[in-house]
Amino acid sequence: MNEPRHIGQLADGEEAQLGGMDLPEAAGDRLREMGLLPGATVRLIRRAPLGCPIEFELGGSRLALRRADAAQIFVR
Amino acid sequence: MSSPRTFALVGNPNTGKTTLFNALTGLRQKVANYPGVTVEKKTGTGRNRHGEAFTVIDLPGAYSLDAKSPDEEVTRAVLHGERADTPQPDAVICLVDAGNLERHLYLATQVMELGLPVIVVVNKTDAAEARGITIATQKLTERLGVPVVPMQANERVGMEALQVALSAEPVKANWKPVEGDTAARYVAIGELLEGAVARSDEERLTPSDRWDRVLVHPVLGWLVLLGILGGLFFTLFSLAGIPMDLIEGAFGWLGGQVEARMAPGDLRALITEGIIGGVGGVVIFLPQILILFFFIGLMENTGYLARVSFMMDRLMAGVGLNGKAFVPLLSSYACAIPGIMATRTMESARDRLITTLIAPITSCSARLPVYVMLIALMLPVGTAGQKALVMLGLYVLSIIGVYAFAYVFNRTLARQEQTLFVLELPAYQRPSWREIGLQMYDRGKIFLRRAGTLILGLSIVLWALTTYPKSDSEDGSEQLAQSYAGKLGHAIEPVIEPLGYDWKMGIGLVASFAAREVFVSTMSIIYLGEEADDDSVRNRMANETRADGKPAYNVRTCLSLLVFYVFAMQCLSTVAVTRRETNSWRWAILQVVYLTGFAYLAALATYQISGFFV
Repeated sequence: MNEPRHIGQLADGEEAQLGGMDLPEAAGDRLREMGLLPGATVRLIRRAPLGCPIEFELGGSRLALRRADAAQIFVR
Repeated sequence: MSSPRTFALVGNPNTGKTTLFNALTGLRQKVANYPGVTVEKKTGTGRNRHGEAFTVIDLPGAYSLDAKSPDEEVTRAVLHGERADTPQPDAVICLVDAGNLERHLYLATQVMELGLPVIVVVNKTDAAEARGITIATQKLTERLGVPVVPMQANERVGMEALQVALSAEPVKANWKPVEGDTAARYVAIGELLEGAVARSDEERLTPSDRWDRVLVHPVLGWLVLLGILGGLFFTLFSLAGIPMDLIEGAFGWLGGQVEARMAPGDLRALITEGIIGGVGGVVIFLPQILILFFFIGLMENTGYLARVSFMMDRLMAGVGLNGKAFVPLLSSYACAIPGIMATRTMESARDRLITTLIAPITSCSARLPVYVMLIALMLPVGTAGQKALVMLGLYVLSIIGVYAFAYVFNRTLARQEQTLFVLELPAYQRPSWREIGLQMYDRGKIFLRRAGTLILGLSIVLWALTTYPKSDSEDGSEQLAQSYAGKLGHAIEPVIEPLGYDWKMGIGLVASFAAREVFVSTMSIIYLGEEADDDSVRNRMANETRADGKPAYNVRTCLSLLVFYVFAMQCLSTVAVTRRETNSWRWAILQVVYLTGFAYLAALATYQISGFFV
């Protein structure tokens, strides 16, 4: 079975549909409340000049997540 | 007359809550802390169209009523009417961002389910329209049965419609409680918004995107940041000197007036040295504080501050801090007081606390006179380059100290919260000068009132320590030597002797507990008996010898003193601000103890180890 791709692996400007995530419960709850739900569309906008964090667009908002957290959020 | 109606202002962070709060209340606001937690409580009063007063509580920003931080817990508890110190509001103004209604209605619909009447304010409609999003607020008003008001709070567009809503009898929303999990709420919100939000599919580059191309560019971004910080420090260290000199002059004039009108005596000395001198020593920092908050306000207000955090996060992550700690720490290089006050831009209480605890290690401007004096004594024949190198070394040492203690506190302080770092990057907007001015006014007022009252008391105590018991001697240095402070200097001599200090330096250390730069003026009193210019004190100190005839201020002693001043917590204003911002003496005392304790050990190590080389 292939490793699922995560949102940190998207190219600049690439869109994807969210799948599951593998984060501690409180962190996962917070991200879900912010709209990172399975099926939602995210787009990678850019990486910070030092490579981390990474800026995403989600439902009209721009959010930056750290690479380690982004690596636990998978795409479909 | 019935008591005024209370509205709570609720919304996600970065929605423009503070802007709206200021627009509604103007200067009629009160800032305090919620008892028991380090969360700011802001209340204000406004007037509706009938001229009736109403109260607004600006609740901390929250994403959800399932609280995940102390701030969110306050919001949740107040809305549930569970906090004894804050009555349950009569109605709630739910502020939502037009650019992402789904996410913002997550919290708003939770509030509706509490059964409180609501008014929905859809803010930043201009930015949303720039991205092709238009919202039919009329449809939402019909569906929810409550006022849904479109606004651009920073431009005060829509205030009239909001005032109409605030003047009417508040009503509860027509909203069926959602059963199920997070996803179910998003489905219900999707149904509510069906046909009310139009999105253009066309890809467009917003003005905000254009700005980001430069401001977070891998090369240009850093150049812009460096330029802004350079401008900030230039303003802080050079331009601020003008009003600071004026303030110093004004307090000097005031002291002179008192001296001219009062007979000499203890009361006059108390007023001129204790009160006017003590208060003047605090007020002198006001220009720097106002300038800092102007820059921070400008960066925050335009949305640039979030980009600074975005760029800096990587550099802060290694020691467990995040990008949001950068500006408060940087500000502390001018003065720890506004730096600590600026930690309020950070959402996490734990990060705020760590940043507050390490802020005094940054090399603030009050250390400069001490450094200049000691470096001159240490390298009497040194070139300007050598002296600059020592100065640079002290700054590097302070940076290492900041990082090291951030690491230590990150390891030792209990984690109460999630460690997830989510940084919102709001669209850029034109700065609101009114807003920035209000923030400067607000912070300036807090600084003067809170730090001022405590400092006043403590500087009177310090004055008394250096004044009593009185000696018959007219000579200031003999007077100081046998005052309580002088006795204290003698008493601590055995403790500071391994650091390379004598009792006279001990007096300097004790006196500069209130403020570091006092070291310089105290030394002038000790060695010259009265006020004198820096150069003659320096000569006198350079010629000062020990019992064995060797210079008192040798290289080892000077190095040891410099290291001591890098770390020691010698600023009562900072202690007062830490006490205020953390809402507890515990952290303020910990700060004094750990910094002064570490300063002692570091100075001891410096003196003893340097003995092998010098």
